[in-house]
Amino acid sequence: MKELVIVSGKGGTGKTSISGALAFLSPQKVMVDCDVDAANFHLISSAVIKHTHEFKAGFEPHIDEEACTHCATCTDLCRFGAITAGVINTPLNCEGCGVCAFNCPEHAITMQEKEAGQWFVSDTRFGQLIHAELGLAIENSGKLVSKVRQEAKKIATTNHFPLIITDGPPGIGCPAIAALSGASLALAVVEPSLSSMHDLERLVELVYHFNLPIMVCINKSTLHKENTKQIIDWCNSKAIPIAGKLPYSDAFRTAVQSGKTVMEITDENVKEQMTKLWHNLAKRLDVPAQLSGIGLLRQKLNLF
Amino acid sequence: MLISIASGKGGTGKTTLALLLAAAEPDITLIDCDVEEPNCHLFLKPEWHGQGKEITVMVPRINSNLCNGCSACSVVCLFNAIAISGGKALLFDELCHSCGGCILACQYGAIKEEKKPIGTITTGTSPILPNIHLLNGTLHIGTPSSVPLIKAIKQEVSDLKVDMLLDCPPGTSCSMVTAVKNSDFCILVTEPTPFGKHDLELAMNITRLLHMPTGVVINKNDEATGDKSIESLCQSRDIPVLAKIPHSLSFAKQYAAGFIPDEFKSIAINIWKQLHAERREEA
Amino acid sequence: MKIAITSHGEDRHSEVDSRFGRADYFILYDQETDTWDSLPNTQNLEAAHGAGIQAGQSLAKTGAKILITGHVGPKAFKVLDAEKITMYSMGDLTGTVEDALAAFLAGKLMTIDVPGASHGK
Repeated sequence: MKELVIVSGKGGTGKTSISGALAFLSPQKVMVDCDVDAANFHLISSAVIKHTHEFKAGFEPHIDEEACTHCATCTDLCRFGAITAGVINTPLNCEGCGVCAFNCPEHAITMQEKEAGQWFVSDTRFGQLIHAELGLAIENSGKLVSKVRQEAKKIATTNHFPLIITDGPPGIGCPAIAALSGASLALAVVEPSLSSMHDLERLVELVYHFNLPIMVCINKSTLHKENTKQIIDWCNSKAIPIAGKLPYSDAFRTAVQSGKTVMEITDENVKEQMTKLWHNLAKRLDVPAQLSGIGLLRQKLNLF
Repeated sequence: MLISIASGKGGTGKTTLALLLAAAEPDITLIDCDVEEPNCHLFLKPEWHGQGKEITVMVPRINSNLCNGCSACSVVCLFNAIAISGGKALLFDELCHSCGGCILACQYGAIKEEKKPIGTITTGTSPILPNIHLLNGTLHIGTPSSVPLIKAIKQEVSDLKVDMLLDCPPGTSCSMVTAVKNSDFCILVTEPTPFGKHDLELAMNITRLLHMPTGVVINKNDEATGDKSIESLCQSRDIPVLAKIPHSLSFAKQYAAGFIPDEFKSIAINIWKQLHAERREEA
Repeated sequence: MKIAITSHGEDRHSEVDSRFGRADYFILYDQETDTWDSLPNTQNLEAAHGAGIQAGQSLAKTGAKILITGHVGPKAFKVLDAEKITMYSMGDLTGTVEDALAAFLAGKLMTIDVPGASHGK
C-alpha cells in the first residue's frame, strides 16, 4: 500500500484542488485531509460524516482550590506565564508541561488529558475520507495529523486499497513533518511566483532531511512563463522529476464554488493535464492508474 | 499600534495586504512572523543590517556519568522527550518544550541546560520602499515548532513605540495564535470561496477567544458572482469588512514576479483611515 | 545471540516488513536454542507519535542484540544505539523472514550506521 502526500510550503498553491482531482481519477483509495486546523477537502467531496471520534492530546492542570495555599511556587516555576499562585490566569499560554503539578508542595494540582479536537470518517463521492478538526488554539496538530493518517492506513489495509491520497498542510513545521513522515512519495505543488518558489526550496530541504522521494507539480503554470521555466530548470538541476504542469484556469475557482473537482468542470485542457499528472504519479507509485476489467465489473456490482 | 494580519486559509493574500499597507504609510515597521516560509523580503529586497540575531531555546543535556537511569526525568516529561535506554536517560530534543521539569526532577544533578539554535531574526531597510523597516524571522529547517521563534520576535518588538504590521502564519493553531496574541487589531484576509469562508470562521473563533478587535479584507473579490456569504458572515459576527480588493490577473502576474504594483494604493489608504479611527476610539 | 527481524506476519514464513517503528511484527530467532518467537508490534496500531522510541524499548526488553529491517528512523535509531542493538539493513531484498536471516548469516547485509530511509529517490 502506497501513500501520496501533497504538500506545498506556501499556502494557496492548489493542494486541495489537486488532491480532489486525483481522488476523482484514482480507482481505489482512501483520502486523508491533514490540514487539521483549516480542513477543506470535505467541501469538494460531498462528505457525509459517518463516525466521529474524540481526540485527546496533551495535558492541562486542574487545581484543587481547597488544598492550594497560594504559596506561589507555581508562579516562579512556570516558564510560560500561565499560572499565578494557583490560578490559571492565562490558559492560552499553558503548554501542559506539568511543572506546576509535579512541584506543588501541597500536591494541589493534577494534570489531566486535554480534549484537543475531533476526527471523522466520512463517505464521499470518491470513497472514504478521514479528516479532523483541531480544537481552538490547540497545540499538538502534528499528533492529530499522525492520527488521521494512521486511521486511513487501517482502512486501506482492511479494504486492500493500494493507495492513500493525503492532502497535506502548508508550511514546513510539525504538521507538515507529521504528514510527510513515512510517505511513499511527496508531491510538491508550486506556482510560478517568487513566494512559492522560495518556499519550495525550503520544502525540498525538509523532504531531503527526512529522506523522502519527491516530485513537483507546477500549478497555474501559464501565469508567469519565465518563472515556470525557472522552476523547471531548478528541478532539473536537483534531479527532481516534474510530474505535471497545470495551466492557470478559472475552472479551479468554478469547481470550488460548486463543491466539485476540476475534473467535473468543462476545461478540457486542465482535465487533460491533470490526467497526465495522475498517470505519472501512478507510475512512480506503482499503483494501477485505472480499474482493470475485473475491477470495473466489481465496481459495477458494488463489491469491494 | 500593533496590527496583525492573519487568515485561516493559506494563500488568501496576507503578505500582499501587509505590503500594500506598509507601502501606504510614511514610517512603518513590518514584521514577518511567517517564520516557516517568510516572503516579505522577496518583494522588499532589503539591505540587511548585519547577520541578524540567532534565536535559541534551552534544552536539557544529560550527563550520562551522573545519570543512573532512575527515570524520574522521563516520568515527568509529558512530551515524551526523554526515554530510558541502555540504562540511561536519552533526550529527544525535537520533542522538548523547554519547560525545565526534568531538571527539577533529577536528584543527582545529571541534567543541565544548554542553548539550541532554532532560527534567526534579521532586520533590513528596503531601497525600493525606504519608509518600511523590515524585521524578518526565519526558522531553521527541521525545527518542528515555530512558536518559540515567534515569541522571541514579539519580545524583540515589545518595547517599540511605533506602528507595526505583523504578517502572521496561516492556519488557526498555536503558531498563528502566538503571532496574533496581544496585538491591538487583527485583520483577517479571506477570499470569496467556500474554502475561504470556512477557514475565516475558524480564524474569527480565534480572535473572539482572544477578545481581539477584528476586521476583514476580502481579497480576489469578484462582484459579478454576487456571492455575499462572507459579508453575511461578517455581519452576523459584528465584524466590519474593511475593504474588498478586486480579483486582478494583472496584479497576480506582477505579484508572481515579485512586485506589488500601485493598483490598490487607494484601498490601502482607506484601510489605514479606518484603523486610525479605531485607534482614536480605543483611546 | 537473539536476532530480531521486522515482519508483516507472525512467523518466519511471513514477508519481511521494511519499517521498524511501525512494523507489524518482530520475529525473534534465538541462535543458541534454535527457537523462534514472535512479538506483535502494538506501537504500530496505538501510538500516533513516537512509535520508533517505544518500538525500540519493546525490542530491547526481548533481549535481542541484532535487528534486521529495511530502515530505522532517527528516534528509533537513538534508542537502539543506546541499547547496543546492532542494526542491519535488508536493502532491496524482498522475501520471507527466513530469507532475511539466511542473508544475514551469509554476511550479505550492511549495517545501518545512520538513521533514515534506505530506499527512495
